[in-house]
Amino acid sequence: MRVTQGAFSFLPDLTDEQIHTQVQYCIDKGWAVSLEYTDDPHPRNTYWEMWGHPMFDNPDAAALLYELNECRKQFGHGYIRVVAFDSTSGWESVRLSFIVNRPSEEPGFRLSRQEVKGRSIQYTTTPYTTDQPEGQRYR
Amino acid sequence: MNEQPKSLTVTGKARYAAGVLEYKKMGYWEPDYEPKDTDIIALFRITPQDGVDPVEAAAAVAGESSTATWTVVWTDRLTACEKYRAKAYRVDPVPGADGQYFAYIAYDLDLFEPGSIANLTASIIGNVFGFKPLKALRLEDMRLPVAYVKTFQGPATGVVVERERLNCYGRPLLGATVKPKLGLSGRNYGRVVYEALKGGLDFTKDDENINSQPFMHWRDRFLYCMEAVNKASAATGEVKGTYLNVTAATMEDMYERAEFAAELGSVIVMIDLVIGYTAIQSMAKWARRNNMILHLHRAGHGTYTRQKSHGVSFRVIAKWMRLAGVDHIHAGTVVGKLEGDPATTRGYYDFCLDEFTPQNLQNGVFFDQHWASLNKMMPVASGGIHAGQMHQLIHHLGEDVVLQFGGGTIGHPHGIAAGATANRVALEAMIFARNAGRDFLADGPTILAEAAKTCTPLRQALDTWKGVSFNYASTDTPDFVPTASVSA
Repeated sequence: MRVTQGAFSFLPDLTDEQIHTQVQYCIDKGWAVSLEYTDDPHPRNTYWEMWGHPMFDNPDAAALLYELNECRKQFGHGYIRVVAFDSTSGWESVRLSFIVNRPSEEPGFRLSRQEVKGRSIQYTTTPYTTDQPEGQRYR
Repeated sequence: MNEQPKSLTVTGKARYAAGVLEYKKMGYWEPDYEPKDTDIIALFRITPQDGVDPVEAAAAVAGESSTATWTVVWTDRLTACEKYRAKAYRVDPVPGADGQYFAYIAYDLDLFEPGSIANLTASIIGNVFGFKPLKALRLEDMRLPVAYVKTFQGPATGVVVERERLNCYGRPLLGATVKPKLGLSGRNYGRVVYEALKGGLDFTKDDENINSQPFMHWRDRFLYCMEAVNKASAATGEVKGTYLNVTAATMEDMYERAEFAAELGSVIVMIDLVIGYTAIQSMAKWARRNNMILHLHRAGHGTYTRQKSHGVSFRVIAKWMRLAGVDHIHAGTVVGKLEGDPATTRGYYDFCLDEFTPQNLQNGVFFDQHWASLNKMMPVASGGIHAGQMHQLIHHLGEDVVLQFGGGTIGHPHGIAAGATANRVALEAMIFARNAGRDFLADGPTILAEAAKTCTPLRQALDTWKGVSFNYASTDTPDFVPTASVSA
């Protein structure tokens, strides 16, 4: 399977050149770009690990691309996403987020069903890989 | 009417002599009145009967929507009646429309109960629309003062928190209404939901008239839909949702259905505009208490919003709904099968999303409107749209919108999931191109064709719906610029 979180997961994996265009777009909008990585792609895993702080004063996408390749050296076996943060009043949240690195194999998620009364079912989604400890989930 | 008649108000003892006095002489026409910052202002389009003075007609609307009745009553004098009288203060001929006038009427804030759309509308559209001296009457816009806006909850969740909950940023959300809208069993219905969500949509949607019918009762629908939602979520790693329509005959029924939806873990429920303003506000409060996104289908609005001479403009309904507290509202597609010219539709979208909407007559926005930090409301574009229009949709509607392709998903020649994938790929390719600085409106067809090279479902969708457009003149257009409908 393919985890399709983020804005561009239905497109073929982005090249660094393509990533650059999107990051520069965000920077030109005044948003702070940053990288986050994880080996737990659960749809509600909000807090991926931060690769440094958001770059609040960075005018050039090249700086983020440099960090991306540093991040890949350490976590290239997992998921890495670009996050663009907008601190404007009334938004103060993420404006764009897209995956820029993913494991070579994505085993996906187990859907567990707990049958409760009245034909209701309580559902739980679990990444198959999170049975392993953090850091040992993808190769 | 640049030369407005001066105040005609009769004062003193003569004002309260028993009998009938023209409204314009009773204090409902005050051309020198300067609206206070705390006044509510309503802009009406009035069409007086032949021979009726437009100023008298405007004064009558002010009177009948505030304190007046058809004759003088002495009991006015027991009140601060000058404060409570609504005041028509300006009457302008409508450009290019003979016999029609824009009447500006100011209402004191104390005329209204805080936080009640029902109370507001009982005054503003309560009695006056059947008033005999008028051929027709339309409420075009309202200026709602901050002091009044602050008495409302506003959208239960809002655009930003909705995106945070869905973990979806930087692109329009994608949805589809399950079709056929009536007749599917719960089990078959859930199949459509599963295929569409797994294929790439964020949301599926019950149609307005799917409630609890012999072919599918509501509990069955909810159970099968949630199976589909969870299965699709596990298949994609994304948060998915389906608008479970909880519209029902009574509030008790609606609460029961909404609570069941919450118990099952749905992120969103849905109501229809026809349930009424009070029920909508009740559901908005329920949604805030229950971490639920609240989708509103504007079922029925066309009966009073579409004709320019009579009724209530949809821009006013959109304003009321943002106060009332829904999170999603259908606000037009521009290019689809339903009414909506580009400028007027832009005006509706701005009301949904702005922190402050400045006056913009070209878009039919007559007043500056402060939104006083009410949450933003997500506009929904639904009805006769398909992947081949993606560049136009993003151009007209922006990225904070739910694009709903019902037929444009389910009608795909290779199935529902393929239809969903086609839409998602078209969307992502177009947003990517826009961000990368391409002239995506002009290059739209090329961008789609490029994306289709690596996505067969998109190629098939483009071939199937090539050139499908709904190119009719709009009936509800701004009065201040020449307008045109958009063709695909």
